[in-house]
Amino acid sequence: MSNMTVLDPTGYPPKISAKQLAPRLDTLNGRTVYLVDCRFDDSGLFLEQMRAWLAEHLPGVTTVLKPISSVYLVDDPKTWEEIRARGHAAILGVGH
Amino acid sequence: MTLEAKYGVPTVAVHTDKFDKVVRSVAEVSGMPDLAQVFVPQPIMGKTPAQLRAYVDGTDPISGRHVMQEVIDGLTRPRDGGRGAGEYDRSTPRLVEPDSEENLHRLFLERNWTDTLPIVLPTEERVGAMLGGTRRKPDEIVGRMRSTHFREYWQYTVEKVAVNAVMAGARPEYFPVILALAATGVTARGSSSSAVAAMAVVNGPIRREIGMNAGTGAMGPYNHANAAIGRAYGLLSQNGQGGSVPGLSYMGNQGNNYAYNSVTFAENEERSPWEPFHVQHGLALSDSAVSVFSGVRSTAFTLGLREKHWREHVGHLLRGMDPHGPPALLLDPIAARQFVDRGGFTKKDALIDWLHDAARMRAGEYWDYQLIQNYIYPRATFGEEPWASKLKAAADEEIPMFRRDDIHVIVVGGETNGYWRIMGCNYQTTESVDAWR
Repeated sequence: MSNMTVLDPTGYPPKISAKQLAPRLDTLNGRTVYLVDCRFDDSGLFLEQMRAWLAEHLPGVTTVLKPISSVYLVDDPKTWEEIRARGHAAILGVGH
Repeated sequence: MTLEAKYGVPTVAVHTDKFDKVVRSVAEVSGMPDLAQVFVPQPIMGKTPAQLRAYVDGTDPISGRHVMQEVIDGLTRPRDGGRGAGEYDRSTPRLVEPDSEENLHRLFLERNWTDTLPIVLPTEERVGAMLGGTRRKPDEIVGRMRSTHFREYWQYTVEKVAVNAVMAGARPEYFPVILALAATGVTARGSSSSAVAAMAVVNGPIRREIGMNAGTGAMGPYNHANAAIGRAYGLLSQNGQGGSVPGLSYMGNQGNNYAYNSVTFAENEERSPWEPFHVQHGLALSDSAVSVFSGVRSTAFTLGLREKHWREHVGHLLRGMDPHGPPALLLDPIAARQFVDRGGFTKKDALIDWLHDAARMRAGEYWDYQLIQNYIYPRATFGEEPWASKLKAAADEEIPMFRRDDIHVIVVGGETNGYWRIMGCNYQTTESVDAWR
């Protein structure tokens, strides 16, 4: 049976632009960690438990539980600016 | 990713374990493959504080390591794999490596380029014939799609759309409709865990030119144009956007049978008591157009409108929909005329006004719906109307379930009886077919 030539059906992906991660902290002790609630499927309740764990096991860490301003589909520069200004690290959750 | 790259804040993202491949893939194509990601069991929803605490105290189901140790390491241990800034190309080829017909069918299936049913192999000859259905150039960019908000957009040309149209078994005369669907940029392969499909409604002279069905069986497997156009829309979506693979780029929990041909049909303009859908959206009666709806999930149905209690019956149907999926009424012409006769709705707008008012529920119940909590409540607290005002209602006050402009009415069916249904879905846009001839 002879070979056939056919066309590829897939579209054209954009180029990947590599990005650097932020420098990591040497310690969490004495630092402020934001727990950012994405407001989906009770994620705030989960982060409250994570916050409680940090209070018990790492009492030197200050935690702030912060819900995003609107839905997770919308960028939230106001919250991101607050975290940059007042915090040292962030935990985002819960993705689904 | 924004916090890391744009704001310079070390960040750990916590996800449920079912999404591990998705989020790693998104991080990769976003140029941050070393992003710190920690996983906990699915679901979060409905769990008690003690159960959620057990997640925190437990292990990451993907890595097997303690969840909080991973979080701490993610914020304090160097993660960047030494990759510098720069761009990486991911071009896709025009042709597939030549092979036997049998092997190519297997290859298309293995690469998830089909809906798993047999396809027509897109030879250059067949694709060339399809391209004869439009005056547009093969290399012209038609649009772009993505399967979800967090994924990157992929682009596709007229030729790429033609390839998928051939695969679906479409004829060249259908091609302007398929191009118009592609030009909407609305995917028929959304990856939402709610298992969405799309719906496509064709209006204008093109319906008759290509033999589409607006009558008996219009939404079933009984008309070649309806079937092939809808299938082409689905294949173009999954391939044009770079994939729709369960667990990787498709997360619909149960899947959705409507996705096989994206509920594609023609409106029965000739038997409708109202103006056609595309005329409502600014086009002329003589124009040909296709309108697309996304988020097609829920369906309610009944027969006709009874004289005594039709208002209550319709109200119950509307309240049976999830309030996050606004109603599009698909009315057989018999049911459409009953709405005119019973309710005096000689204009479609009057019927939509009435539906908006009839679809009410107590505010306390409305705000307690999970999808309202996920998608509407945050917008209400952000001050977005009309939800911010709804939020002021007392818990037992009845409030509208839907925004008036999100309610739609379309006439379809062959008058074998007055059955009608409501699709829960979101109208997106209406695209000219004539522009793609």
